[in-house]
Order: sequence, then C-alpha cells, then structure tokens
Amino acid sequence: MFLITCPFCGEREQSEFKAGGEAHIERPKQPTELSDDEWAEYLFMRKNIKGIQFERWNHAHGCRKWFNMIRDTSNDTIKAVYKMGEKPPVK
Amino acid sequence: MLKNLRVTTSKYIDETSRISFKFNGKAYFGYKGDTLASALLANDVHLVGRSFKYHRPRGIMTSGSEEPNAIVQVNNNTALTEPNVRATELEIYHGLEAASQNCWPSVHFDIGGINNFLSPLLPAGFYYKTFMWPASFWEKYEYVIRHSAGLGKSPTEPDPDIYDHKYIHCDVLVIGAGISGIIAAKTAAKNNLKTLLLDEKNEIGGSTIYQNSEHVKINDQNSSTWLENEISELRNIKNLEIKTRTSVAAYHGYNYLLARENLTDHLPKNEKNKKIRQRLLKIRAKKVIVATGSLERPLVFNNNDRPGIMLSSAVKKYADYYGVATGQKNIFFTNNDTAYESAISLNKKGIKVKAIIDIREQSNTAFTKEAENLGIKVYRSHTVVNTEGYKKINKITIMELSRDGQSFASPEKIELDCDCLAITGGWTPAVHLFTQSGGKLKFREKDQVFIPDIYPSDQISIGSSNGDFELDDIIKNSTKSLKEFLNINETEFDNLEINCPKDNEIRTIWLLPSDKVLGKTKPFVDYQNDATAKDIKLALKEGFKSIEHVKRYTTTGMGTDQGKLGNMHALGIIADTAGIKVGELGTTTFRPPYTPLTFGTMVGRNVGEYFDAFRRTPMNDWHIKNKAEFENVGQWKRAWYYPKNNETMHDAVQRESKAARDSAGILDASTLGKIDIQGTDASEFLNRVYTNAWSKLAIGKCRYGLMLNEDGMVYDDGVTTRLDENHYIMTTTTGGAANVLGKLEDYLQTEWPELDVYLSSVTDHYATASICGPNSKKILNKLIPDLDLSDESFPHMSFSNAKIDNIKCRIMRISFTGEHSYEINIQANYGEDLWKKCMEAGKEFNITPYGTETMHLLRAEKGFIIVGQDTDGTMTPIDLQMDWIVSKKKYDFIGKRSLYRSDTMKEDRKQLVGLITDNTSEVLEEGAQIVANTNATPVAMLGHVTSSYYSPNLNKSIALAVVRGGKNMLGQKLFIPMEDKNINVTIVDPVFFDKENVRLNA
Ligand SMILES: [Zn+2]
Repeated sequence: MFLITCPFCGEREQSEFKAGGEAHIERPKQPTELSDDEWAEYLFMRKNIKGIQFERWNHAHGCRKWFNMIRDTSNDTIKAVYKMGEKPPVK
Repeated sequence: MLKNLRVTTSKYIDETSRISFKFNGKAYFGYKGDTLASALLANDVHLVGRSFKYHRPRGIMTSGSEEPNAIVQVNNNTALTEPNVRATELEIYHGLEAASQNCWPSVHFDIGGINNFLSPLLPAGFYYKTFMWPASFWEKYEYVIRHSAGLGKSPTEPDPDIYDHKYIHCDVLVIGAGISGIIAAKTAAKNNLKTLLLDEKNEIGGSTIYQNSEHVKINDQNSSTWLENEISELRNIKNLEIKTRTSVAAYHGYNYLLARENLTDHLPKNEKNKKIRQRLLKIRAKKVIVATGSLERPLVFNNNDRPGIMLSSAVKKYADYYGVATGQKNIFFTNNDTAYESAISLNKKGIKVKAIIDIREQSNTAFTKEAENLGIKVYRSHTVVNTEGYKKINKITIMELSRDGQSFASPEKIELDCDCLAITGGWTPAVHLFTQSGGKLKFREKDQVFIPDIYPSDQISIGSSNGDFELDDIIKNSTKSLKEFLNINETEFDNLEINCPKDNEIRTIWLLPSDKVLGKTKPFVDYQNDATAKDIKLALKEGFKSIEHVKRYTTTGMGTDQGKLGNMHALGIIADTAGIKVGELGTTTFRPPYTPLTFGTMVGRNVGEYFDAFRRTPMNDWHIKNKAEFENVGQWKRAWYYPKNNETMHDAVQRESKAARDSAGILDASTLGKIDIQGTDASEFLNRVYTNAWSKLAIGKCRYGLMLNEDGMVYDDGVTTRLDENHYIMTTTTGGAANVLGKLEDYLQTEWPELDVYLSSVTDHYATASICGPNSKKILNKLIPDLDLSDESFPHMSFSNAKIDNIKCRIMRISFTGEHSYEINIQANYGEDLWKKCMEAGKEFNITPYGTETMHLLRAEKGFIIVGQDTDGTMTPIDLQMDWIVSKKKYDFIGKRSLYRSDTMKEDRKQLVGLITDNTSEVLEEGAQIVANTNATPVAMLGHVTSSYYSPNLNKSIALAVVRGGKNMLGQKLFIPMEDKNINVTIVDPVFFDKENVRLNA
C-alpha cells in the first residue's frame, strides 16, 4: 500500500486514491477529423511500462482532484507527483 | 498408564496451576505456560497426526510456528472449530479440546495409511497424471480424494467470535523479540523514537532466555541472566510498546505491515466470552527492523519422518524451557555444533543422551569437547540410513560416510536403539518478511544460506535473520547496523564483553546417501505435503526446470506451513541434481501470510450488516411499516414490492402494475443520483457529455439524456432539468451516481479545465416521490391547490417550484412508466412526511405504492431501457434503436467519434428488440439464449433476453432482448432453448404499450 502525496492534501494512504491509467494522453480536439486507426490509438493503446511510468491518479476519497504521478512500476517507488496541466518535474 | 516426562522445573511453567484438556477425546493435564505440544510430550504423546498423502504417523517436530506435522483441529463445536492450528503454538487452557486431523477412524488406526503401501503408485504429479482423463470422471475422483485428504474441517456455522482491526503508526517497528530485537527496540526507544516491538510467542527473549551454557557469556554473566535484566528494564522505557502473541503476517511496500494480535486464544473458555479474540494490526512504520531469527533445518534421509524424530533445537527447548524430556534414550544427528550444545544441556538435566551422529569428520570447539568429556558417544563421519518404529521411532541404522559424503566408507551398519532422534541440518535465516517487502537476497556459500542483500524500503535485518548465528556476531553486527540505520553515534551495547565458542563449521549434504536405491526410500523434504527427494528428482527428470514449477508439481512448500522447514533442501536437491549452485537457482516466492490467518481476523468487524455500507431513503420507515420487501441496488436498500395478505411477489407486482395504470401509483425514487450543475458553461458542458443538444433547452424544461463512454457505449441515462440560466439538476441511475460524478469531474479537471462549471452531488439532499397514473394530476392538485397543472402551463417534461404546506419542493412532470406522472423532490428530512401526504391525498384514488419490480415492469411495457440491465457496456445508442437521441449536428460529444468506427457501424451487432412468446402465458428467463436453428451443432447464439415480465396491462408475456441484427428481423420467429423444451418467440418492436404516448398527456 503506497503512501501518496496528494499535491493538494499531502501524504495519504493509497486506499484514498483511485488510479486512472496512463497520463498525458490528451483527448483529440477534433475527433471527427481522425481516421479509425488514429482514434483507436487514442482510445485503446496504452504503454504499460515496466519501469518509469507517467500515471493519472485521483484523490477520490479526499479532495477529489486529479493529478499526475511518476512511478517506477518495477518497485512501486513514486518519483514525483504534480498537478494537472503542469509539466513533469523530471524526464 | 500415563507417563510424566516433566523432568525438571522451569520458571516459565507454573506447576501450581494445573490445566486439564482433552486430546483425541482423552483427558490430560499440563501447566500454565505449556503449549499443547509441550503438554502432550510431557504425557509421552508423540503421535499427533497423519501425513497428507500417505497417512504416515507423524509426531511433534518443532517448538514453533514452523511446525509441519502437529497441526490440530481445535474445538468440535460447529461454529467455533478451527482447523490447522499448530500444537506448538497453541497455549493450553481449561476446557481445551483438540484432535488430530487427517486420520480416520483414529490416529492409531488410519484407513488412509494404505496409501503408504501404495506409495510407488503415488509419485510427483500423481493427481495431475491420473485424474485428468476422462475429464468427466473428475467429479467422482474428487469425491474420493476429498474424502480421505484435506487438512482439517472448516466451521459450518458463522463465527461467533469478535475480531477487530487497528491502525498503528510508529517511528520504528521491531519484528521479533529475541536478543537482537530487544537490543534494537531498547536502542530505538531510548533515542526518542516511538517504537513497537512484536513477538509471536507469549514471552519475549527468543532462545536466549533459556540459554544455559557455561560457554556463552555476556559481561561474565550467563547470557540468559543478562537478557532477563534487559527485559525487566524494557518495561520502564517510555516510547516503547511491546506486543506478544503477535505475528506479522505480511510486509508490504512502503513499510505497511499486517500483524495478528492474539488476545484470548490462551484464556480459559469462561474468560474468552465477549472479548475480542484477535486483532489485525495495520502498521505504518517509518522504519522497520526485521529480527525474525532463523529456522533450524532438518536433515533429509530415509524415513526421517517418524514420531520421535524432532529438531534438535526443539528437543532443547522442551527440556530447557518447558522442563520436558522428549525421550529417555536420545540420539542427536547433526551437521553442526548446536546439537552438542543441546546434548550437553539434556545430559546435565539427567536426560540420557546415547549418542551424537555427526556427518562431519571433525569439530573441535568447547561444545564438542565438553560433550565428549561428559562421556557422550560421538560417531563422526556417520549418517543415519534408516529408522524404525511405526508409531514412534525405536531404532536407527547408521553407516560411515565416504569422504565426499555421497556414499559409504564401508558396508558396515550399526544399529542403535532410541526413542527420540534430534536432528539438525543448520539454520535458515527467516527472510520471509524481508522478501515479501520486495527485498532481494544473496547466497552465502560458506553455510549455504540466503541473506538480505538489497532493501526496498527503510528497513534493516539484524541477528540470525541476517545470517549472524554466533552471539558475538549478533551483538556486534546488530549494534553497528543500528547506529547507521538510526543515525546515532553509540548504543549501550557497544562495549559488551561476549564469550562464545567459534569455528562452528557446518557441512551441508542436502540429500544424505542411502544404502538403498532412491526409489525404495522415503527421504521427506516437505513433511506436511509428503513430498520426498524422490518426487523432486522425478519432476526434474520429467523436464521441469523452474523452481516454481517443481514446487507446484511436487507440492513442495505448498502446505499451511509454506515449507518453512524443507524449502532449502528442495532447492539444494534441485541444484545438486542439475549440477548448479543453489545461489544460481534462486528461491521460490514467499507470500503472505507468514503463518495462516483466520478469515475472522481479516474481515474484523465488517461482517453481517457491517460487511458493506448501506443507504436507506428518508421514506424507509414507512416501507418497513407497510411490509415492503427490499432489494439491494448498489448500496441502497430499495423497496422491491409491497406484498398484501400473503401475496406472492408475482401477485403483488401484477396488482401494483395494474393499479399504477388504472388509477395511481407511487414510487420512492429518492435513490436516483442527483448532481447539481452550475456555472456559465453548464449548457456547453451538458452538450459535451450527453449525445443530444442542450443549448436550446428552455429554463423550466426537462430533457432525457444518454451518456456514452468514449468508446461509444452507453454509460448512463437520466433526466436533466434546467432550473435557471446557469443551473441544472441532473439525475443519474441509482447504481451509476458515483461513477457519473467521477467521470464528469475527470473531464472537467483534465480535458476541459477552461469550462466554468461546478458539480455537487446532492443525491442525499432530496427525497423523491414519483406519483403516476391517470389520477396523478388530481392527487397533486389536492397537495398543491394553487399550482396550475394544465397542459398549457405545466406540460410533460417541464418543471415548477412549489410549496407543500410551506415546504419548498421541486416538481418535475416526467415519466418512466409512460403514465401521466410527477416527481416531487423535497428536502430529505421531509421525505417521509411528503410520502404520507401523498398517500393521504391519493387515498380516494386507491393510490398504490409500488416497488422497483413494478417500476421495471411498467417501463418494459414502454420499451424503456435500464442501463446495466438491457445494456452491458457493449451497446451503442444505435444498437438500442435510440438513434433519435444522437445529435447529428453537434461537432463533438463524449463517444461520438466511436459511433463511426467500422466495428460500431456493423449491421449485425446485437440490437435491442422486443420479444413475444407464442404461448402468451410463458414468461422467459432473463439471460436465456436466443437461437434461430435448434438443430445446428454448434448452435449459433444470436443474443439473449435482457428483461422479461408478464404484463398485466397487456395480458401477455413480454420481453426485451438483444439479438444479432435484430433491428431488421421484425416478425421473425426464433427459439429460446431451455433444458426441457424450446420456447417459440417472435421479434417485435420493443415498445409494447401505448406506442403513441397518449397516456402521457391524458
Ligand atoms: Zn487531495
């Protein structure tokens, strides 16, 4: 069970949070202009990396804010958390 | 005649308090401080169970949680009985009744023992090989296997005991209160760190508290005396909490640990009552110190499993700690010095030690010298090749080993009588918790042990769990690690003067040689699962390479003890056979829990009505008073139907449905999700989340909306009302409310943060009564005489603020039944009052309360879908024949693009249709499959029935279904194949009743 530092509330137990999949996948502004393949790429394709992964998390049982997290999925260490719209603090 | 083998007094056994208990129906007594194992041994009972596969007689082997054999069923009460309890951990109490497992009819005469003679037919993977074909026979085999196998019986009634959960936060958690754990806890606490010290035993101090050797000294004191002083000081240290009888079950990432605290299991029956039995501790520790010690290894040789064959350390503990002699003619069998230490201790108590069999060529330490000075016969370079004695060992045969230890120096055999064989194969650090936490091990060649290498979190391992086995190493290395770990300069243990014998060489032979071929021997590796060295070799021969596969195929390490004793030998034998080093092989994964947990502990207080939170509507008391049956919808308890005078559910629903259409019905709709939406971009937001257009919805009007997922599939639906220019109230399905709010928040925060929109869940803020039927208008008029209900000023799909007896409410003229109907929303506290007023006003019209079942029936007559019943996450609005609600003009909305994917546009997708049965009284089963041709094999499944009812208003059976290409199959005949017949059905339009919507405006 992780300890997650919500950028708005501080350190909290994982059970307060909901994972929301890969981060930085922006919804296309003009979906109708996309081919089936391009739309499928947005809709279905996710990286599921072993190692450093950028993820969305939601403080569902807290402030209900969404934020981003950089997590090493191989050992579950959280490298950073940052607000929606912010650039990742590390590459 | 019972023998008393309590040969010496012990300060840990209170001989003034005699405790009687029963084992296998026979009465015995022991003393306060005894475990079931020590009390049985004191009564000369070794045979306590039968092995899992061969049903071989088995005895007590250890003195702790690693026990593989002495697992018993406690209590024969059907609710309180507990299987798989280790007799070595179970403290006896007045009234304890325990019994052997795995034997029928009794431990002394076991019918399953026949398997022992059939054992050549029961090789590794036997179950897989024999019972897999023909597959249809499996059920029959399984019955036979289950009947004779299995580890104990589960309780058959709810557990009446109380269990609890507790969160603990600490700076330092120390696991294990042996000498290193005590040093660590004292050091941490004295450095102002909030410290928690846990130990699974009832006393702290580990094995040092009964250490009595002259050769092991701390500051010139006997090590046990020194430790006792330390322990007495612990009690006065603030910051330090000590919990005994507490076993850490799991060590997760981020130093989150679960431990079971045992509170009443050791108490007499009459004192257990109404107390919390066990508590699950959920511990968050900033730092963790693992001091879990080590487990003694057995030796693997032919017939190494008879009752009376015990671990050397256990024999010592029973004598030194419990004052019990486990035998009167003891022989030790060893590959290291600790057996000598134990033999000396026994000898000094007057317990006869006949011999020590040592596989090593020599050892010259203070221990070995003292043993020989005491006149104990030592056979060096010898090994045990066989043991005899059915219910208890009575003889061993030994032979001299060759130099390489793989065969014999001479064919000469020596037979020795004995009644207890104490074996030791060295020590295995208890790294289970360390590896559970994600730690990586390294292998130490010298003594063939895996020890902690890479720590995944803020933790250290110290003492013998870190591979330090000698007292001076333990203290020196523990204090050094502690100083670094806690960032302190010194500890009070830095300058202790420690004496202990060194050069404790160990010789490891994983599988000792035998004079017989392997196939004719029984060298057990996993006692509990009856896996022998032969099984492991067979698995390798059959091509299994991965240690994880060998483990599963032979079931080695898969018992309730998770192979704590034999896992290293399994690895060793695999490595030797494959010609590689153990270190290259790696270990199997240790998984939680370290020792078994009861389900009671895991669920704690979350049982019965506390299993999950539930929600009740403000009208709930009225429903109960009026005999409603309830159904669970999400967490809600909803009135399902209101049976009158012993009506069946069917009869009640038919009556309610008819009444609602003939005159008036009333439904508690308070559970529908309600989201208050405000902001200057609220209309634009609704445009984006619903498939239809919202900008032009006038203030005071309502509109039905369908919400999709981005993949185009229907996600939720409901009516949204425009209360004001920038203010809407959205309703969602009862079960979908939380998810819809979450989804809307997600889009607002992450995709469209520029929108000025605010969402609030107000589901619980309002109570909702929905009155429907031809007389609903009259009833509402009685309730609110000044509200103009004419179609001109209050048409269908419109809204009005109103007051009932001066209480504000919102009235929506909307309908889920197809009847003229009104939804009255009122502040939740007035819910029951509103309901009663509606009932009073409706009395003259026979207003009939109806539940969810009637609601479902009425809407099905109208062909209205229920998201989650008629849809399953694979239905688009087009599939539902709801094209009318999908805006063609809007540039975008959630899920729009997906409606034009090649796959969602296929003509032969499953589509919503209506079904009628040829036999109009035949009601279909929901979920039943639909086929076109019953003769084809395999028969093509076209779809399934999603909703099915007998309609009292149409006097016939109706159903909704999804059928492949169903949209274009109107009038087509299909079949519903049931177990005993085929039901003929015809595809029809899903709207069965009042297609022209005349009644809405009636
Ligand atoms: Zn937060």
